[in-house]
Amino acid sequence: MASDATRKAAEALLHALALPEGEAGWVRERRAAARSRLLEAGAPVRRDEYWRFTDPARLTAPIATAEAGEAPAQAAAVFGDVDALRVRLVNGRLRADLSDPLALDGAAIAPLGEVLKQDISIVRELVGQLELAAQEKVSRPLAILNTAAATEGLAIQAHGATVRPVLVSYDQIGEGASLVRHVIRVEAGASLTLLEAGVPTNSVMEVEVADGGTFHHVRVQTGERAPAVTHVFARIGAEAEFKTFTLTADGVLTRNEVVIDIVGDHASGHIAGAVLGKGDAHIDNTVFVTHSAEHGESRQVFKNVLAGASRGIFQGKIFVRAGAQKTDGYQISQSVLLEEGAQFLAKPELEIYADDVKCSHGSTTGALDETALFYLRSRGVPKRVAESMLVAAFVDEAISEIADEAMQERMRALVAKWMAGRT
Amino acid sequence: MLEIKGLRVTLEEEGKEILKGVDLTVEAGKVHAIMGPNGSGKSTLSYVLAGRDGYEVTAGSVTLDGEDVLELEAEERAAAGMFLAFQYPVELPGVGNMTFLRTAMNAQRKARGEDEISAPEFLKMVREKAKALNIDNEMLKRSVNVGFSGGEKKRNEILQMAMLEPRLCILDETDSGLDVDAMRLVADGVNALRSPDRGFLVITHYQRLLDHIRPDVVHIMADGRIVETGGPELALRVETEGYADIAKSVA
Repeated sequence: MASDATRKAAEALLHALALPEGEAGWVRERRAAARSRLLEAGAPVRRDEYWRFTDPARLTAPIATAEAGEAPAQAAAVFGDVDALRVRLVNGRLRADLSDPLALDGAAIAPLGEVLKQDISIVRELVGQLELAAQEKVSRPLAILNTAAATEGLAIQAHGATVRPVLVSYDQIGEGASLVRHVIRVEAGASLTLLEAGVPTNSVMEVEVADGGTFHHVRVQTGERAPAVTHVFARIGAEAEFKTFTLTADGVLTRNEVVIDIVGDHASGHIAGAVLGKGDAHIDNTVFVTHSAEHGESRQVFKNVLAGASRGIFQGKIFVRAGAQKTDGYQISQSVLLEEGAQFLAKPELEIYADDVKCSHGSTTGALDETALFYLRSRGVPKRVAESMLVAAFVDEAISEIADEAMQERMRALVAKWMAGRT
Repeated sequence: MLEIKGLRVTLEEEGKEILKGVDLTVEAGKVHAIMGPNGSGKSTLSYVLAGRDGYEVTAGSVTLDGEDVLELEAEERAAAGMFLAFQYPVELPGVGNMTFLRTAMNAQRKARGEDEISAPEFLKMVREKAKALNIDNEMLKRSVNVGFSGGEKKRNEILQMAMLEPRLCILDETDSGLDVDAMRLVADGVNALRSPDRGFLVITHYQRLLDHIRPDVVHIMADGRIVETGGPELALRVETEGYADIAKSVA
C-alpha cells in the first residue's frame, strides 16, 4: 500500500505522460488498470528493500516524453556488421525510415503501436500480462508505468526457426523519457534471437516461450547518458530454452530487472551479465527466477569489473515453488575491483518450497590477484595487458553463456576495448 | 652478466630485513647454485631479482650486463632477458596456455623492438619444445597450470623458459614436489638450454637436483648472506654435514 508521498510521486509520473490515442478497447482498459495499480503501488522509494542499493529518485523524476529528434548516433555499431533485421528507435520512437522492412523468415513482426489498435489474441494475452504476473512477489512500479503508457516497440511472433536475429537499437538525442515495450511470442518449437543496442529510459519486454521454443537475447548498453530502467519478463514452457545476456559498460545509472518463470517441465532459463564500470557509473542487475515446474534448470551468472568510483549491484533470487521438484538452480555474482573507490553490493536469495531440488549460489568480491599479475608480468606481459587478460578470463563465464560463438567473440572484443580505453 | 652487490632487502609490510648484504656474480655460460636452509632468504632473492612488489631494497645494487635491474618493472626485466621459474607456478583460470605463451613472447619482442612471431612459426616452436618436455597438446590447450600436477607445472615453467630464451635463468626450488622421473625431465630441459651466453642461478634446498644440473659454482646462503662459495663439492658437503656445520651463524 502506497503512502501519500509515494502515491503523489506516482501521480506526478503518470501526469507527465501523454495518454495514447486510437487504441483498442482492451488496451484502454489495461492502461486504466495499470494507472490504478501504479497509484496503489506508489512510486519506488529508497527505503523499499528492493531499492536499497539503487536510489530510484533518478528513475522516477517525472520528465516529458522525448521529442522526435534527428539521429546521428548509432548505438547499433557495437554489433558491427552482424547480419540482422535492423530496427532503429530514436528517442524512443520506431523509425521505419531508418529501419529495414519488417519482414523476417519464420516470424511475423509489426510495430507495437499498430497491433495495439487491433484485437489480436496473442498480443492481448501478452501485453501487460507477464508484467502483472511479475508483481506477485515484489512490486515493480516502473514496469506498471510502462504498461500504462508505452506505445513504441515491436510485436514479434516467431512461428518457425528464424535464422537472422532482430537487432533493435536505441539512439537518444537530448533530454526526455523514452518508453519502449516489446512483446514477443516464440511458438512451440520455434526460435528467435533478439539483439539490443543502447537502452531507452524505461523499457519492458514481455516474452513467452512456448513448449520447445528457443529465445536468445543479447544486449549491449554502453555509456548511456540518462538513467535507465529495463524489465524483461519471461514465461518459459516445457523443454523451452531462454537465454539472456547483457553487457553494460559505464553509463550514469542502469537498472536491469529480469524476471522469469519456468512454467513447463524440463525447461531452462539462463540470465547472464558482464558489468564494466568506471567513473561514477551505477549498474544494477536485479534478477528473479521462479521455478514453477519440474526438472527446471536456471543459471544466473554476473561478472562485475569495477573501476573508479563505480558501483555494481546484484540482487538475485531463486524462488522454487512447492512441486517444482528436481529443480537445478545456480547463481553466481562476482566482482573485481580495479580501484579502491569502486564498490560491489550483492544480495543473493534462495526461497525454496520443494524438497527435492539442487540450488547453489555464491558471491565474491576482491582485487585482481596480485600473484597472477606478477606471474604474467614476470613473463614480460606489461601490467595493463596482464590486467586485461585476467579481466577477460574473469568475465568469460558470463560471456560463455551466449549460445552463438561469434557473438561471444564480439562481446570479448568489447570487454578488451573497454579495458584498453580505461583510465 | 648478473652482478649483485651489497643487496639489503626488507619486507615492506613487516619491516623485517631478509637480505643482509648479498654479493654474487653470475657469469655467462655458468651455472651457479644457491643452497641454504629454509628462511635463509633464497626465495626472497629470486623474487627481488624478478621484481615482485612488497620488498624494499634498502642498499646495494643489481645489474644485468651493466644495466640497473632494480629500476626496471617486472615486465621490463623479462624483456631484458631475466626469467624466474617459480617455486609455486601460478594457476591462471581462463587464460589459455598457448595464448599466455604467445602474448608473453610477443610482448618481449615488442619491448625489444623486434617483430612479432608469426602464428605458424610459433606453433612449430611450441610443439617442438613441448615434445621434448613430454607436454602433450591437451596441456597446451588448458588454462595455465590449472589442473596440472606438481610435475606438470614445473615442466610448464621450463617450457616457458625454453620459449622465451632468457639470458639469465633463475630456478627457485624447481625440484620441490618432483619425483625422480619428473626431476630428470626438468633437468634435461634445463641442461638443453645451457649455452655460453646464458647464465643460471639454481636455488635449491637439496643437493639432489644438482646431480642432474651440474653447477659450476655453489654458494651457501644463511641468514640473508652468502656465507660460503665453492665448487660442486660444496653441495656434497651440505649433503653429508648439513647446513649447520657449514654456516656456523645459523641455528
